[in-house]
Amino acid sequence: MEGTIFQYDFIVKGLLGALFASITAGFAGTYIVTRKMVFLSGGITHASFGGIGIGYYAGINPVAGAAVFGVLSALGIEYLSINHRIREDSAIGILWAFGMATGIIFIYLTPGYSPNLMSYLFGSILTVTNADIIALGIMSVIFFIYFGVFYRTILYTSFDESFARTYSSGVDAFKYVTTSLIALTIVLNIRMAGVILVLSLLTLPPNIAMLFTRKYSLIILVSILTGFAGTASGYVISYFAGIPVGATIIFTLVIMWIIAKGITMLMLSGFSNLNPDCDRKQ
Amino acid sequence: MAFIFEMHSVSASYDTNTVLEGVDFSVDENDFIGVIGPNGGGKTTLLKIILGLLKPSAGEIRFNPDLPDSERIGYLPQISTGDVNFPVNVTDVILSGMMIRKRIFSRMSADDRKKAGRIAEELGLSGLERKALSELSGGQIQRVLLGRAIIGDPRLLLLDEPGNFVDSSFESDFYGKLKELNKRMAILMVSHDIGMISSHVKSFACVNRKLHYHPSSEISNDQLLAYGCPIQLITHGDVPHTVLKTHN
Repeated sequence: MEGTIFQYDFIVKGLLGALFASITAGFAGTYIVTRKMVFLSGGITHASFGGIGIGYYAGINPVAGAAVFGVLSALGIEYLSINHRIREDSAIGILWAFGMATGIIFIYLTPGYSPNLMSYLFGSILTVTNADIIALGIMSVIFFIYFGVFYRTILYTSFDESFARTYSSGVDAFKYVTTSLIALTIVLNIRMAGVILVLSLLTLPPNIAMLFTRKYSLIILVSILTGFAGTASGYVISYFAGIPVGATIIFTLVIMWIIAKGITMLMLSGFSNLNPDCDRKQ
Repeated sequence: MAFIFEMHSVSASYDTNTVLEGVDFSVDENDFIGVIGPNGGGKTTLLKIILGLLKPSAGEIRFNPDLPDSERIGYLPQISTGDVNFPVNVTDVILSGMMIRKRIFSRMSADDRKKAGRIAEELGLSGLERKALSELSGGQIQRVLLGRAIIGDPRLLLLDEPGNFVDSSFESDFYGKLKELNKRMAILMVSHDIGMISSHVKSFACVNRKLHYHPSSEISNDQLLAYGCPIQLITHGDVPHTVLKTHN
């Protein structure tokens, strides 16, 4: 029964992929959303597409190419912004377009076999390899350790970087390392959700979580859980409806965000006295 | 009286633009100095040099060698409303002032938490320890950040424009609290609002490229002009020691 083996493999791969994607995106997403680095992360994502193109052209693993591009552009943007050499948003805009252009040029230059561009732009679980799943799994473990060990440092430098700088000279190094982890997370999740949609995989779960809690560690946890719920159900829906998985996952997460927003608005208007701890921002 | 730091002919510049020139300045124990001067006159640059965020382009700053690094400075930066939406609670913000005492991977001890609780109580923040910053008023946030600045028992407290965020109901409390703190630490307070601070500080430093030290809390506009330090005087009702420019 080849069909069932294929199906079994498909489901295990999908669920494991969804789990690791949610874990990595939960940590990385909480960091970028609370530090207001979403646009920067968008720049890293699109810049890494240049690495995918070059990877194809050179005959090496496109994800490895994307990882190199992603990390280098992340470090480049952080360096420029720390040293105030250029307006950060302009730098991001330039890298964003440069990466996309480079990727497209090299993919079209690649002789013979032309890879499916759509799968990289919008994601496809079919192209996810076992190696990708393992890499995402390792990344998940790294995040648990990194955030477990450096939780306070992450919290304090994210909250007030300039204050942290007055107390410690290691803030820049710390930022470089963390941003590199973010870049790797984005790149590894591109196969799942695609270049265009991956950012939502990082930003939607923390935004849902922050509707209910203002505690940093809880935001991470709730992000992982909502991320997994959205990713897994989006995956199942896409399978039965025969629609692209990346788009379905993002669609599911947006619906979840709308429902969560509706719930908090109802709680605020109807039971605000009973829920003093929920989102009290105007 | 023991000094905390001394600056000798310190200059600072960004690219080719000289912001501070030949500054001699020192702060001793128990000083309470108001740093005033026009915008762009170098007040922030002076703070950065004291904090070690900027190296002087000439001259040197020397801290009292008897003071351990970790006990030197508590810093209350200017805050903007953007920062306070970050998901962090009162206790954690106050604790973050202990960062320098900690190795990068160590956790906060029960003693640290107790101390944060005491500071919160001292600053009138009891019962708010677990609240997120975004749930507090401007004056409360100011007190939390003051708590963060003093939890490490610094010998020098640097305040950057603290008036910006203080609500009027807390204003006199805030300065009263500073007066109390001044018994155990020197205070250097940057402000553009001389009227507000003149009744609290013991002396002034006028910064406009050069630094002029004025060893009294009474300062007249003529003196400010003589120092090359024109600033706008703002008064708040019956504030002592504030002299307004006379009309011709």
